[in-house]
Amino acid sequence: MVRRNFMKTISAVAVTAAFGLNSFAALAAETIKVGVLHSLSGTMAISETALKETVLMAIDEINSKGGVLGRKLEPVVVDPASNWPLFAEKARQLLSKDKVAVVFGCWTSVSRKSVLPVFKELNGLLFYPVQYEGEELEYNVFYTGAAPNQQAIPAVEYLMSKDGGEAKRFVLLGTDYVYPRTTNKILRAFLKSKGVADADIMEEYTPFGHSDYQTIIAKIKKFSSEGKKTAVVSTINGDSNVPFYKELGNAGIKATDVPVVAFSVGEEELRGVDTKPLVGHLASWNYFMSLKNPENEKFTKAYRAWAVKQKLPNADKAVTNDPMEATYIGIHMWKQAVEKAKSTDVDKVIAAMAGQSFKAPSGFTIKMDEKNHHLHKPVFIGEIKADGQFNVVWKTPGPVRAQPWSPFIPGNEQRKDQPEGR
Amino acid sequence: MYTLRSLLAICLLGISCAQAAIDPALLRPLADDDSDRRIAAIAALVEAAPEEAQPVLQAMAGDSLALAGERVVVLGAGGRVFDAASNRELTPPPAGIETIGINNRVRRELASALAALRLFSAEREVRWQAAQEVNQNVDARMLPLLDRALAVEKDPKIRDRLQLAHAQASLGSTDAAVRLAAVKTLGESSDPRVRQLLLPLTEKQGDSWREADSAVRAAAGTSIRSIEQRLAWADNLGRAFTGLSLGSILLLAALGLAITYGVMGVINMAHGELLMVGAYSAWAMQSVFRTHLSGALDWYLLAAIPVGFLSAALVGVLMERIVIRHLYGRPLETLLATWGISLFLMQVARTLFGAQNVEVANPSWMAGGVELLPNLLLPWNRIIIVAFSIAVLIAMWAILNLSRLGMFVRAVTQNRPMAGCVGVPTGRVDTLAFGLGAGIAGLGGVALSQIANVGPDMGQGYIVDSFMVVVLGGVGQLAGAVWAALGLGVFTKFLEGWTGAVVAKIVVLVLIIVFIQKRPQGLFALKGRFVES
Repeated sequence: MVRRNFMKTISAVAVTAAFGLNSFAALAAETIKVGVLHSLSGTMAISETALKETVLMAIDEINSKGGVLGRKLEPVVVDPASNWPLFAEKARQLLSKDKVAVVFGCWTSVSRKSVLPVFKELNGLLFYPVQYEGEELEYNVFYTGAAPNQQAIPAVEYLMSKDGGEAKRFVLLGTDYVYPRTTNKILRAFLKSKGVADADIMEEYTPFGHSDYQTIIAKIKKFSSEGKKTAVVSTINGDSNVPFYKELGNAGIKATDVPVVAFSVGEEELRGVDTKPLVGHLASWNYFMSLKNPENEKFTKAYRAWAVKQKLPNADKAVTNDPMEATYIGIHMWKQAVEKAKSTDVDKVIAAMAGQSFKAPSGFTIKMDEKNHHLHKPVFIGEIKADGQFNVVWKTPGPVRAQPWSPFIPGNEQRKDQPEGR
Repeated sequence: MYTLRSLLAICLLGISCAQAAIDPALLRPLADDDSDRRIAAIAALVEAAPEEAQPVLQAMAGDSLALAGERVVVLGAGGRVFDAASNRELTPPPAGIETIGINNRVRRELASALAALRLFSAEREVRWQAAQEVNQNVDARMLPLLDRALAVEKDPKIRDRLQLAHAQASLGSTDAAVRLAAVKTLGESSDPRVRQLLLPLTEKQGDSWREADSAVRAAAGTSIRSIEQRLAWADNLGRAFTGLSLGSILLLAALGLAITYGVMGVINMAHGELLMVGAYSAWAMQSVFRTHLSGALDWYLLAAIPVGFLSAALVGVLMERIVIRHLYGRPLETLLATWGISLFLMQVARTLFGAQNVEVANPSWMAGGVELLPNLLLPWNRIIIVAFSIAVLIAMWAILNLSRLGMFVRAVTQNRPMAGCVGVPTGRVDTLAFGLGAGIAGLGGVALSQIANVGPDMGQGYIVDSFMVVVLGGVGQLAGAVWAALGLGVFTKFLEGWTGAVVAKIVVLVLIIVFIQKRPQGLFALKGRFVES
C-alpha cells in the first residue's frame, strides 16, 4: 500500500514538473489545448497507447490544414498509468490547471467512472472512444464507442444463428470490473429472453493483469463437453488477453468447436500473439482495419505514416482498430462542432455536437445522435485470420442507433434517452 | 503424388478418374455469399472431382482461394496466381483479385471434407490424422464415405477410429439394432464430444423420450457413465498438471530470492526487477535473432538462457557492490534501498524499451501440446517450463552443495567471522552469491517471458508471490521453497477450479497470513546453533 502511494506521488511530481516546463514553451493564447488522458503504462497500456497516437495524429492533421477557428491545437498528454484514482487526479489537472478545451481519454469503464465527477464539477468535455456497458448518459461526455446494442447483443445473436454455429451454451468470461459485470448482466437477461437456461450459462471473472488462464481454459473445455454447442463471450480487457489467447491456442480449442467472441480485442491487442491457432475466433466491432473503402485506406495509410514518422515500436506493422477509429471520429466531430459554435465553450460545443456527421473509415457516414450523445454506428463481426487481421463475416446494413439504457435491464424503460442538462 | 492404390480406391468407388481439370462452373459457387450454397458447392466439388478438389479446398481453408472477376484462382507464394480449375499459372496475374473469406461454418465443412478425402491417402500418417479429424465432426451424411473407407482400411488403429466415427454417424439410424450397436461401441471412447452426442438419447423431450427404444437408452446410460469415469480421471490429472505448472513458475520466480533472502538474509525488493531483466533479455535475443539470424529464430530462447542469467547476475553484482554491501545487518535500510533500486530499474526499462509491453513470441517448438487423453492436452510451453525449473533447481543444488563457491556460501552464512578467520574471502563470496541469486532470477524471467507479458512493471506481480514462497517454505531452506511453491501452485489451482480466480487469490493470501501467524518459521525451520545469529 505504502509502496503504491509512494510511486503515485513520485510520478505525479515528475509529470507536474514536466508540465511546468511545457507551459512555458507553449504559445499561450494562440493555441487551443486538447487533453489526452490515456494510460501509457500498466496493464491497459497495450490498448490505450495507440489511442494517444491517434489523437496526436489527428491533431497534426487538423493543424496542417490550418487548425480550428484559425487556431492551432496543442495536445497535453498525461499518463494515468492504468491507475483508476490517478485518472481523476490527471483529469482535474487537465481541466483546472492546463485549461484544456476538451479531453480525449479513458478506456476502461472504471476509469471513466472515476473521472466523471471531475468533469461534472468543472464542466469539462470528455470524448470516450471505447465500447462500453451503457447504463450511463452524462451531459459532459460524448460516447463514440459502441453501446451494448451496437456490439454485444448483435455478436451473441450471431453466435446463435446458423452461420455462427447455433450456440446453445455460453461462457461469459471477463475481467473483474464494471464493464464486464454489467455487459454480462445484460447478456444474461438477453439470453434468458431467447430461452437459454441459467444452467447453460457460465460466468467467470479474473483480476486485472491475470496471466494464468490454465484453469479457466480447462473449465471452458469441460463446460463445452457437457452438452449442447458452446460459445465463449470474452470481455477480458488489457494485457491479460495475450496470455489468454496464447493458452487458448496451445490448448487446441478450435473456433470450429468452441468459438470465442471478444469485445475488447482488436488488431492492436493481437499484435503480440501468434494468431495461427486462433483462426476463426471472433470479435465484434464497429470498424475493422480490413474494411475496404477509400476512407479507411486513407486512415490506415495516414496512421502507418504517422507510426513511421514517430518511430513507434514495430511501426512497419502498425495496425488500426475500432477505438482508434472512434477516437478519430470524435476529434473530427469536435472540430466540426467548435466551428459550428464558433467557440470552444463547453456548453456551446455540446449543443453544436447534436446531429454532427462524419464520413468515417468504417465506410459509412456516422451521425451523432441529436439527443443521446452516442453515435449511430454499423456493426461488424469478424473472424481472426492467420495474419492477425479480421475477415468480416456479418454486418448490419447500416448504422444502428445506440441504446445506452439497455432494455434488458429492468427499470430502464423509464430512463430518459437524453442527459440531464446543467 | 498419389499412388496407384488411392487412385484405384477412388476409381473403385465409381467416381470418374479421367478428369484432369475441374469444371469452372463447379468452382464459382465456392465464392457465393450464402454459406448454405457454399457448403453445397464443397460437397458437389468433392463428389465430382475428389482428386483435384483437395488442393482447391486446402487453398480455401488457408485463405488463399480468391476470385478474379468470375474466375476462381489460387494465390501461390510470392504473388503468383494459379487458375483453380486447370492449376495453370496465370501470367500476368489478373487484376482485381478478392480473397474468398470463409466463416467458421464453412471452415468446419472444409475440414471434414478434406479429412474425408485424406482418408484414402496412401500414407498411413495422413490417414491416421484424417481419421482423428473425421471423429471431431461427424454427421449422418458421412456414412457411405466411412463405409468405403472401412472397406479398404487395413491398419487396426485407424480402423478403430473409423469405427468410432461410424458409430457416431449411425446414431441417427432408423434401425434400433444399429443404434444399439453404435451406442455400445461409443462407450469405448473417452472423448467428451461423444458424451455430448449420447446425452440427448437419455433425455426427455416433452413427455416422450428422445430415444424411443429402451434398450438403446439403457445402453446409452451405461456408455455415458463409463465415459464420464474416464473423463473425471483426466480432469483431475489435468488440474494436478496445471498446479504443477503454476508451482514451477512460482519456484522459478522465488528460487533466486531463496538465495538472496533465504540464505544471505538480504530483503531484496528489486527481485521482481531482476526477473524483468531476464525477460527483457529474452526479448532482446529474439530481436537479435530476427535481424541477424532469422533462419535460427526458433532457437533464440536457448541463447536467451545464458544471456538472461549473465545480465541479471551483472545487475545483481553491481547492486551488491554499490549499495547492498554497505548495508549488511541493517534490514530496514536494505529494504528501502532495494526498493529504490526497483523503481530505478523499472524506469530504466521504461526509458530504454518503452512503457508498453514488448512482444515475446513462443518459438514454434513450444507451441501446441501433447494430447494425453482426448480431454487432457498438456501444452508444450508448460511442460518445458516444468522441466526447465527442475533443471535450474538441480543446477542450484549442485552449485550450493558440490562446488567450492557453494561451500564458501554455506560457510559464510553459517558463521561469518569464523569463515573469514579460516581464509574465506567473505566480501567476494557475498558478491558472488548475490550475483548467483540474481542470475537465477534472470533465468526465471526468461521462462516467464514465454507465458506472461513482458513489460517494465512485470516484476511487481511476482515480488509478492516470491516472498510468499520463501517465507512459507521457511527462510534459509531450498527444500522449503520447492515444497512451498509446488504446494501453493497445486492448492491454488484446485481452489480456482472450485471458487474462481478472484476468490482463490483472496483465500490463498488469507490462509498464508494465518499460517505464518501459527508457524512463523515456515514449513521447514532451520535447526541448530546458528539459527539465532
